[in-house]
Order: sequence, then C-alpha cells, then structure tokens
Amino acid sequence: MTAREESGLPPAHRVVEAALGASRQAACVVIVDEVSDANVRFANNTTTTNGVRRDRHVTVVSFADKPSGMSAGVASASGPVDLADLVAAAESDAAGSEPAGDASPLEAVGDDRSFTEPPESTDLGVFAGILGDLRPAFHAAAAEARVLAGFAIHEVRTTYLGSSAGGRRRHVQPTGAFELVARSADGQASSWAGVGTPDFADVSLAEMDEKLRRRLGWAQRRVDLPAGRYEVILPPDAVADLVLELDFAASGREAEDGGTVYSAPGGRTRLGERLTARPFAMWSDPAAPGLECAPFVVAPASGPDQSVFDNGLPIGEARWIDDGELRRLRYHRAGARRSGAPFAAAADNLQLALPGAQGGLDDLVAHTERGLLLTCLWYIREVDRATLLLTGLTRDGVYLVEHGEVTAAVNNFRFNESPLDALGRTIEAGRTERALSREWHEWANRTAMPGLRVAEFNMSSVSPAS
Amino acid sequence: MAVFDGGFAALPFDGLRSAALDRAGSLGCRHADLRVERIRTQAVMLRDARLEGAEDDLLLGMGVRVVADGAVGFAATVEIGPDAAARLVEQAVEAAATTARAGGEAVELADEPDHGTVEWTAPYEVDPTEVPLAEKVARLSAWSADLLGARGVDHVTASLLCVAEEKYLATLAGTVARQRRVRIQPSLEALAGDEASSSFETMRTLAPPTARGYEYLDGDGWDFNSELAALPELLAEKLRAPSVEPGVYDLVIDPTNLWLTLHESVGHATELDRALGYEAAYAGTSFATPDQLGRLRYGSALMNVSGDRTARYGLASIGYDDEGVAAQRFDLVADGILVGYQLDRRIAAARGYARSNGCAFADSPLNIPMQRMANVSLRPAPAPGPTTAELVGGVDRGIYIVGDKSWSIDQQRYNFQFTGQRFFRIEHGRLAGQLRDVAYQSTTTEFWGSLAALGGESTYLVGGAFNCGKGQPGQVAPVSHGAPSTLFEQVRVLNTRAESGR
Repeated sequence: MTAREESGLPPAHRVVEAALGASRQAACVVIVDEVSDANVRFANNTTTTNGVRRDRHVTVVSFADKPSGMSAGVASASGPVDLADLVAAAESDAAGSEPAGDASPLEAVGDDRSFTEPPESTDLGVFAGILGDLRPAFHAAAAEARVLAGFAIHEVRTTYLGSSAGGRRRHVQPTGAFELVARSADGQASSWAGVGTPDFADVSLAEMDEKLRRRLGWAQRRVDLPAGRYEVILPPDAVADLVLELDFAASGREAEDGGTVYSAPGGRTRLGERLTARPFAMWSDPAAPGLECAPFVVAPASGPDQSVFDNGLPIGEARWIDDGELRRLRYHRAGARRSGAPFAAAADNLQLALPGAQGGLDDLVAHTERGLLLTCLWYIREVDRATLLLTGLTRDGVYLVEHGEVTAAVNNFRFNESPLDALGRTIEAGRTERALSREWHEWANRTAMPGLRVAEFNMSSVSPAS
Repeated sequence: MAVFDGGFAALPFDGLRSAALDRAGSLGCRHADLRVERIRTQAVMLRDARLEGAEDDLLLGMGVRVVADGAVGFAATVEIGPDAAARLVEQAVEAAATTARAGGEAVELADEPDHGTVEWTAPYEVDPTEVPLAEKVARLSAWSADLLGARGVDHVTASLLCVAEEKYLATLAGTVARQRRVRIQPSLEALAGDEASSSFETMRTLAPPTARGYEYLDGDGWDFNSELAALPELLAEKLRAPSVEPGVYDLVIDPTNLWLTLHESVGHATELDRALGYEAAYAGTSFATPDQLGRLRYGSALMNVSGDRTARYGLASIGYDDEGVAAQRFDLVADGILVGYQLDRRIAAARGYARSNGCAFADSPLNIPMQRMANVSLRPAPAPGPTTAELVGGVDRGIYIVGDKSWSIDQQRYNFQFTGQRFFRIEHGRLAGQLRDVAYQSTTTEFWGSLAALGGESTYLVGGAFNCGKGQPGQVAPVSHGAPSTLFEQVRVLNTRAESGR
C-alpha cells in the first residue's frame, strides 16, 4: 500500500469538515470511503479480465429534532459531489421523516490522529508474485492436461468518519483474496484452493497449485455414491461457508419478531440457551491478530440491528456463542434499550473455535474410518428460516476417506443441512485457522475456522456436475 | 455539478470522448470504449409500517476498456474530466500489458457496425428516484398498516428499491450512445405465528420488479390492492396447512415461480462464456456445451425459449449494450433443442460468430463489461391456449406452486432445488387447500423434458430480479423472464422439515 498521489478530488478529511460545516440540522455524521482496488482474472490457462479502480464515496447522515424525537435522513454519492446538494438531500429526508425508531443520543466518537492523512491505495503491482508464477503455471498445466482458472483481488479502503457531536475517526482496511481452480482437461476432476490476505505477502500460487495437483491425483480412482447421510470432513473454508450463516442470522430484532433460528416463543429470543452440546465459541473482534478490522461502527443506513445513530461508537470483542451457549445477538443501542439486551455491533470478522482442539485437516482425515472429505460448498441458500436449514452443493472435490486415508474421488451432492445441527453433530474439531468462504468472501473475507468432522450430514441428492 | 438534478446531460462528453479515444488511438489500441454513467439507487425499508432505514445513493463515474497487445485492460474512476479520461486509458493499456505478460491467448472482438450517434430511452413515465422519500414511506406504510390490521398478521416488512441509470458510451469505432432507463421493485412480507405449535409462516407479495416508473405503484402493470387484500387470508391458511408428503407429483408452476427456474436452468446455462469455461472459478460452467449446439435435447418439444434485449418493460432491455452492439432478440431453445447462446463480442469471435447478440454489460462504470443475461423467456402455448385452471384440471394428484423463495443450482446447471411462497394441493383436477414445507428438486434436462403442457397468453407473466450475480469482482444485473403457467409431470418433491431431520 502506498499513499495515493494527488488527484482532482479534494482531500477526504476536508470533505468531512466541509459537509459538517454545511449542516443546518440538529446533528450530522459524514462518512467518506476512499476505495482503491486492483483485480486479475484467468481461466482456460489464459488471463482474461482485469481492472484498476478508484472510488470515493461520501455519505451524509442528517439528524433533525422533532417534537417527539429525532429523525434521520441519508444521502450518499460517488464522484464529483456538490456537498451542499448532498447535505441538503439528507436534511430534506430527515425533515420529511417521522421520528426514527432507532433514535439514540449522538455521542462524541473519539479522535484518530491520522484523520488528516491521505488515503492508502493499491495497484496491479501487489500481484507481482502471482503474475510472475502464472505463465509457468499455465505452461505446466497445459503440458499435464490440467486447466487453471482463478481470481486475485486486492482492495484498500480508507474510511473517514466525522460527527457533529465530536470526534474524527479514520481506518485503513486492506482486503485481499486469491482463488485457484484446477480441472482435468476432460472436465472429470477439479479442485479449489482459496486464501484471504491483507497484502498478498503470504500467498504462493506455486504452493496452491501443488496442493490442487495432489487433489486431482486423488481422482485417479473415482467412486459413485448415492444420496444419504454421511460422515463428512469440512475443511475450515467450508466451515466458514456454513458458520457465516449463523452470524448473518444473529439479529436480535428479527429473532424477537419470530421465525428465526434464534427465536423463542412469545416474542423472546434464545439468548442464554445452550445451542450446541460441545462448548463451541463464535466471536468477532476488531483486534483479532491477522483479521484486524474497523474498531468503530460505520453505518451508512439503518437496519434491524444497525443504526445511523451509532456511527463512530467503538466496537469491541463480541462473543455471540460461548461455551455452546447463545450469549449475544446484534442490537443497535435503541434496540438494546427496548429489549433489555446489551448493545452489540459486529466487527467485520468472525471466528469459531472448540476450546482445546489442536489438530489439522490431516488429523481429521486420519481419524476417519469412513467418510467424505469436502473441499468447499457452493450456491448456499436458506430453505427454512426457523431451523436455518440451508441447501447448497459440494463443489470442486469430494473425496472418499477409508481407514484414515483418501482412497478415491466421489461425485458431487446437494446438501440440506442446518449449520447449528451440524455443529451439534460434530465428532471432532481441528484448530482454528484463517479460512476463506468461497460463497461469502466478497462480503465476509476475514474468518478463522476449525475443520470439523460431522456425523450424518444430509446429502439430499447427487449432482452430476463435475 | 449538482448531485441530484439532471446534470448528467450537461457533462462535457465531447471533451471526455476525444481525450480518451485520442489517447487510445495514439497508444495503438485495437479497440477502446469509454463509458460515463450516472446511477441513482434508492432503498426504503419499513418494519411494522414504520421507516426502518433508507438509502439514496448516486454513482457518477467513468470506465475505459481497451484491447491492446492482444489483451484486455480496464480502468475506472469517479473523477470526471478529460485528464482523468486520458489517464484511465493509460492505466487500462498498462493493465492489458501486465496481464499479457502473464500469458494468454490473443483477444479478438467480433465486428459491430458503427451506429453513429444514437439515443435510447426506456418507456417509463415517472422516474421513481425523483419521487420524495416521504411519499414512498407513506405508500408503503399505508399498505403495511392494512396488512398489520388483518387478523393473524403479527409483523410486516416492506421494501422499495428504485434505480435510474443514465449511460454514455463512445467506442473507438465511432458509435456514441446515450441511454436512460429506470426500474422499481416493491415488496411486502407478512409474518404470522402460531403460539400453540410454536410455528411461523411468512408470505411475500408476488409483484415482480419491472423496468417501469413510479406509475407501477399506482396499478400500471400490477393490482397491488387486490394482492394485499388477499394476502392475510392466504397466510392464515398456510399457517394451518398440512406439511407436504414427500414424493413425486405433477406440478403446475405459476410464472411467479417458474421465472426463477428458467433463469437458473436455462438463462445461465446458455451463456457462452460459462459454456466455454471462462467462469469456471466462480459462477461455474454449463452442461450445455457448444459441441451439442443444434443437437442437445433440452426439454420437451413444447419448449421454446428466447433471449430478448428489446422486450418492453424488461429489466435487461436497452438500445445498445456496453460494447456498442444493438439490442436483439434471438432463440436459445427451439422445439426443445438447444439452438443458441448469449454472446459478447469476445466470445462471439472466439467461437466464429459473425456478430455478438448484444449481451455485454457492466453493473457500473467502475466494472468491466462482461457477458450478462438477456430477458430469457418461455413462449406460451399458441392462442388461445389453456388457462391455469384448465392446466390444473388435467392433473389428478399434484401441486400448484406460486411465487419464488429459496433457490439453488449446481455450478454446471444440472441439479436444482426451489421452494416458493404458496403451494396448493391438486386433487382430481381441483385445488384442495395449501401445503407447507414444499421444495422441488430435479436436474435441468429431466425437468424440462417433463414439460407436458403450456398455458396460453392469458397466463403469461414477466417476473425477474434486480440481483443476478456473476463475475469477479462480483457484478449484479437486473433481468426479466416471461413464462406462462406450465405443467411438469412427475417431479420430485421434498419436505423441508424432514430434510432438516425434524
């Protein structure tokens, strides 16, 4: 990352001050996101598309005093913005709206000394290592009748937040991901590897390619298996696919309204209830090493459990599930007051652990008498909100494990399974390590998960896809 | 410039175009396109008739795609000006050179005539993004309150999405296109709980998203009042309904559900970039490979599916695509046989097509155009054709499925599973009350092969979505799908409660 060169747009911190200065309503919050990203795609052993992009997004939240409470209005824009117009649009919406159900007193939000510093940026140079390895990898793949496809993206987002109640925050968020898919030229075997990274310093295309070469080797023997309930080994990446859904569903307000997996009868929630027999912990923490993210609320709009009134407030560690028990649901401050629950905002990362678990994926395989080793999951959708029943498919590598060893590749399956039930049927967990959800990483890049060995995973039907 | 007025037209396009395309010419680009776009996106969310959150966002930016050194390069920014436009071309040429060094096949684009300077505007009346927030909240709040006032309804969520797009495209070949379109998506969902059985059900409105203006909410294209009046009783009946017995059933599928199955199993499967492996790392490939073109039996002989970028009120309708290709209508499946693909200029050239059929789009000036879906629609039976009741009348034991909900399909577009909003048991040719917990699961050619009867024009309805996902970085696209009510014989039906082991 480098400091960005001068451009035609005024500095972000001055935009924040100018918009706050233009505010004529009771209060105002201004958020400026400076986004720089670079990406490269490849498929069929050839590079395909790429891009270098720059975005600068300004959000103005205006708060108006009404006789019976405060109302809010939001307007945002990317591009050459007339700040007076933007502020006027937000103020008009605030003035024209009823008092907000999520209204809370605005609080001073603390000061970051870096606030006046320019944004950071990235470019295609961040992929130098990968791009250097690609050409030889394409040649080797073609020679070995393999076909490579993949994607690298690096985004650096610098967020500036200022509040008329006092406080100026700034946060630099690097987010990167690299995915590689290798297929046999006949299309009969494939595998996937993915990694989340802040800077690509730790990404080796050669290592990932070698891992996929080994997995394609496992497909030398192929076994067709029918639908049914199987013991499965979910690698950390696939666990992230499922466990993120437990996080997405963790809205306190929606649980109270009823019909979610965290709802209890009578408009209550399952807070305090044991969800899994084993003492799993699921938490988010902006200070988590390697998964660092913004330690304050950035809310460009209000929702069931997020409020524009909470912008800039500190986010700490939140232990959603601890010792197998539901301990927290997401609430904005107004919702927390209404429900007698703690204010709980989610940091932009998620971890799951079973205390004491130490082994890696190889250990889970070694302990399996007969089961299926999965690679990743795909096209996951909620089928039943009340049980959080999810459907989806296995993709790019299902392997038969017999007597502690991989013995063959297996056809793909459609599964119907609830992540909560899967945690409940866990036989063994591995150590928690950095994981990349193939399904959700564009929205949730920073996860650390254990591999899991789960009994009776419901493979509902066979998918002929390969 | 002003933010929320019609300032787009006042941008110095000639200066931007010459700055970008002159630089592209001097750097030896084979092709270059400059896009300048203004996209206003609004979202309004209500919970229990009260405003929960609202967004009003404007994106104004420029993107440049070049083909240089036999490779594609793309760069984009939200700065607007001749210097920024020329700098984008340099960045895009550098990006093309960087990826060319990493290795790859030479890129060609299929020819497209120079269309000169053209304009296209969608047939809407009132730009929905120009309607004040307070009016939208008042409308949704009144509808929500009506639902909340009905017996048995515990909670109501309501949302309204509105988008207005203005697009300027200039190609090195000479086409200059200015275009404007809007779209709107209202949605209300009611939730009811039964304390005794601790069970919940929800039911959502069926009103599809459409490329109409705000007049849609006044009844131009949909009868909201009738739909909302009927919803509470339908929800109450669903909450009391028996759970489905899993098995094999004849299904009469309403277009409010079938549009999504068509989208996933035909729309995506006939995207040529997927079929050729260019989406292998993400969206996936397709079972419908080009070697089977003209031979693959996709479905029964009753199945005729076309792609159409010109359909009135179609969410994917436009005058010219983001590569300057004129909008077209074309066949994908004829008499049950795969006969065509959706193309962009690159993949058209790669497979020897003389011309693209105009399916290249980006979701923003900050994203590169890629092959995206046309309005892909299933042709109804020849006039007059059966009514839905007549289709039901021919079924001895089956289910009539209305409205979309959960959807999932594998990466090669074989195995899918869909649920819905309402499921009516069919017994001896008549509807016999609702069922709960229904999902249908099949594979694409087996399912379309079981198509036994099409409804007529009177049953035809255009559904669609704002959020079709594809590509990396991910892009979302709006698309419409028309279909009649349709009978499929002997489809596997699951009980979703049983699937969860309960």
